[in-house]
Amino acid sequence: MSRRNERGKRVLVATKATESDELLGLDRDRLVEMLRWMILARRFEEKAAEMYQMGEIGGFCHLYIGQEAVAAGAITPLGDDDYVITAYRDHAQALIRGLDANALMAELFGRVGGSSGGKGGSMHIFNAARHFMGGHAIVGSHLPIAIGLGYAIRYRDSDAVCVCFMGDSVVNIGAFNESLNMAALWDLPVIFLIENNLFGMGTAVHRAAAVEKLADRACAYAGMEGWTVDGMDVLAVRKSVERAIERARLERKPTLIEAVTYRYMGHSMSDPSHGVYRTKEDVLEHRKKVDPIDHFVDTLKKHAVIDGSDVTQIEESVMAIVAESVEFAKNSPEPDPEALYTDIYYGDYPDPKRRDPWR
Amino acid sequence: MAVIAYREALNQALREEMRRDPDIFLMGEEIAEYDGAYKVTKGLLEEFGEMRVRDAPIAEMGFAGLGVGAAMAGLRPVIEFMTWNFALLAIDEIVNTAAKLRYMSGGQLKLPITFRGPNAGAIQLAASHSQSFESWYAYVPGLKVVAPSTPRDAKGLLKSAIRDDNPVVFLENEVIYGLKGEVPDDEDFTIPLGQSEVKRSGDDVTVVAHARSVHWAMEAAEILAEKHDISVEVVDPRTIRPLDIDTILDSVRKTNRCVIVEEGHPFCGIGAQVVDDIQREAFDYLDAPVIRVTGPDAPTPYARNLEQLSLPQAEFIVQAVQHVSYLE
Amino acid sequence: MASRILMSKLSPTMEEGRVLQWLKQEGDAVEMGDAVVEIETDKANMEVEAMGSGVLRVILVPEGDTVPTGTMLGVVGEADEDIAAVLAEAETEATASDNGSSASAEAAAPAAPAAESPPAPPTATVADAASGSPAPLSSAPPTGDGDGDGDRVKASPLARRMASEEGIELARVSGSGPGGRIVKRDIEAALRGGGAAAATVLEVGPEVPYERVELSQVRKAIARNLVKSLGPIPHFFLTSEIDMARVLELRKELNESLKGSGIKIGVNDILIKVAAQALLAHPHVNVSFAGDHIRMYKRVDVGIAVAIPDGLITPVLRAADSKGLQRIAEDTRDLIARAREKKLLPDEYYGATFTITNLGPYGIDEFTAVINPPAATILAVGATREKPVALGGSVEIRPRMRVTLGCDHRAVDGATGAEFVATFKDMLENPLRLVL
Repeated sequence: MSRRNERGKRVLVATKATESDELLGLDRDRLVEMLRWMILARRFEEKAAEMYQMGEIGGFCHLYIGQEAVAAGAITPLGDDDYVITAYRDHAQALIRGLDANALMAELFGRVGGSSGGKGGSMHIFNAARHFMGGHAIVGSHLPIAIGLGYAIRYRDSDAVCVCFMGDSVVNIGAFNESLNMAALWDLPVIFLIENNLFGMGTAVHRAAAVEKLADRACAYAGMEGWTVDGMDVLAVRKSVERAIERARLERKPTLIEAVTYRYMGHSMSDPSHGVYRTKEDVLEHRKKVDPIDHFVDTLKKHAVIDGSDVTQIEESVMAIVAESVEFAKNSPEPDPEALYTDIYYGDYPDPKRRDPWR
Repeated sequence: MAVIAYREALNQALREEMRRDPDIFLMGEEIAEYDGAYKVTKGLLEEFGEMRVRDAPIAEMGFAGLGVGAAMAGLRPVIEFMTWNFALLAIDEIVNTAAKLRYMSGGQLKLPITFRGPNAGAIQLAASHSQSFESWYAYVPGLKVVAPSTPRDAKGLLKSAIRDDNPVVFLENEVIYGLKGEVPDDEDFTIPLGQSEVKRSGDDVTVVAHARSVHWAMEAAEILAEKHDISVEVVDPRTIRPLDIDTILDSVRKTNRCVIVEEGHPFCGIGAQVVDDIQREAFDYLDAPVIRVTGPDAPTPYARNLEQLSLPQAEFIVQAVQHVSYLE
Repeated sequence: MASRILMSKLSPTMEEGRVLQWLKQEGDAVEMGDAVVEIETDKANMEVEAMGSGVLRVILVPEGDTVPTGTMLGVVGEADEDIAAVLAEAETEATASDNGSSASAEAAAPAAPAAESPPAPPTATVADAASGSPAPLSSAPPTGDGDGDGDRVKASPLARRMASEEGIELARVSGSGPGGRIVKRDIEAALRGGGAAAATVLEVGPEVPYERVELSQVRKAIARNLVKSLGPIPHFFLTSEIDMARVLELRKELNESLKGSGIKIGVNDILIKVAAQALLAHPHVNVSFAGDHIRMYKRVDVGIAVAIPDGLITPVLRAADSKGLQRIAEDTRDLIARAREKKLLPDEYYGATFTITNLGPYGIDEFTAVINPPAATILAVGATREKPVALGGSVEIRPRMRVTLGCDHRAVDGATGAEFVATFKDMLENPLRLVL
């Protein structure tokens, strides 16, 4: 699935389209829905990049462009009770889990109509109503939270699961071991899903992790399985996640899935998309040969699920949603100054302004 | 009203609250089979079972974060750190997630979680095991910080901490786990967070002290009354955040003098914050600069004599009180 | 006898005052202590009380006019009394004040520290002499240490606030805290009257039995307000002129009878005896102000100001009210002798309930003295002079002596003080009453 390029750097190579003729047994609506989510995520983030460059969005803004198959493949099989949690590259997961595009764009704009009222920003997207639990910006910090969600599921004897997205760098941090160990120890229904986009920021995975395949890390935990899947193939991702869900529900076992994927943009909007760690050509090669949307459109066309006009229609409807989200965000007011002091505590708390001498 | 030890009061609080609310579970190192390193969780595994009283691996960040996740999902975890020194490994989960998630989610989440365990020095455990962390956590908006000094406060405050819908850092003290005192048997007995208590009334000097320092302050007050005819009022904030500064200010407005005692280091300590409040809110009532008796601006040493020297003991408090009374 | 209504000087900074309203009109009957005229000072409106009884004979300054302190505003006298001489004084004053207005400023001089010029008024010694404690009110602010902040008064925030509320000038208070910082106890001491040291000694001095009189609301208000007028102790002064002819005769007779005994009774001894007797009749003058109450002493301990080479000291004649003249003379002589040799014990120079200071021997006709805490009153005695006096329709040359009673207004009111002065005067003019 990956090879070393002429400079000895590891790059993802084109993989064959999913062999599955049965399209996982999904009906047309489900398949089109998955495609639609991927296109929405793509167009939304392209617009976000534009807005970032225009200065409408500030701070750190990490884009998912190129990786959409992972989020779409992993989230679409989930039920309402299941939990989704991820790191700071969180827009696509939030959208696909059902966060309104207006609320997401307004949050990126830092406006009161944002999902967190403008107080979280790009890296801290939450949608508790849909069990989308963030949006966590410190590498490693959300894995223990994920097993806490899993512990709560087990505590309540529910058959829900928790899908925990993470970047490839997380496998090297202590919390990864602590969390996977406890998940295996206590049979927690957590699916650890590594979005291996080959680079932790600007460091190639093999320069940071002393394993051949990241999924191999699963062998350290009794009862945990580790799989590597094509993260550019939404059906491949979905298929493996469906299996992991079954394991969690029936066998009460956690699973580690490594979805090998590729990010087209820089680590964040403030980073270059290529440079020391990869070339412009590498990026273009991936876009051209293994783009997950193109690949999925081809598959669906090949199986006569959709034709070109369906894609056009999806693109048009998605563009309308994205355009509306920008309008919404622009028209949403900035948070009231009072908001500085709200949502710090639940319930009564002495006025925090009291300690601010000059306010 | 029974006379029980500080650790038993904590045990009662845990047991009563767990009986009351099935969403409460405990997790920490050696809290279940071993009954807790300091026996605070004694007998709870037997009554509540493994799911609710869980021995965790030595993985502080892991099980602290697990608690945060469980709280996000609506449970009410009580996470025990064998000592707060070990919680440094988990501080990201306490400070960066537990304290911030409600704010960063725009109020979508609530985090009803209690982190508890012994804080401050014990006996000859040296620098890595003898630290006071109240100022670390009290610094953080989004956390509540509690530091009870008596068995009664320990029980009443732990029950409130557990019932609170915010992350609470609950700082106990190993040296006073065996301290006995009267504790109400009433299961409805709680002490609200954020209420100072005047532990001893007096007219001449206010001594603000929390946790173990309260006992040094009381000892000093006794000496000052008997030998120096100085009437000391001891105010125990009990909750560091939110700090009930009004009770302290009322006392200072009465006595016009204040000494603040804490076991932690002086620099950026709790006392520094209290001094700020006093100088801002009660400036015109001060007859002397507020002074502080604290642990040293040095790591806690191992040697017995040096360690003893590093405690804000009664003798130092007596001197400080005389100093602010202009009676040296 | 005619008494004058003056534009009283009510604070060290007061140089003039305005007549707001005459409360009595010419011809109205006036009793001693009646409020006669309301004047406006730079801080407050005050009523001036009559020092004698009779009728208001003449109003010299109409309502609305502003005049320098000390100006005669009117005269109270018997209806048929000849007040021409008194009026002539008013004429002279008017001329003087036309020529210059600094007289009133100089009049404040006796309140200044005693050490400046001998003979000194008999007051500033008390605290210094007491116990080596920090100097009281009248001492200078902490001196600089070379950093150029010598003028800065160091005080705790609380002390500053208390001083501001109580109208105490911080520069007049000595700090007992580190580096001379003025702290709460210093202000409290100042409020009790007499600075830190004095207040401290008040507690430890020889105990004179007293009755505790709780402060009424009015008394509290008076105490609070009046400290704003003249330092911590709000002074006012009552002057009276006494005919000394009969008492001088009595003294002569007494000394003749004591011939050969080695004992000689002085005028001062008689003044002490008379004052003690008069104080027994007026216990509300034999008092001290103690912050939240007044101590009404059941014994008269008379302080006698004595000049010594480097200042002055005030030995105390204990229980003067129960001593005969001869004993008073003996004890006083002993005290004064030892005072001059600096051999007095602290108990012997602190804790007077009343003080007498006599600058008559220095040729002073009349003066005001600053109160010697904890006592609430001080009697300043001037020289006895032969003067022409109108008596029964004819002018006679009589020995006359002027006395001025300084009173702590927190404890003693004008009429109370005046009644005492009247008794004192009456006893001296009719000395046989001493034997009653």
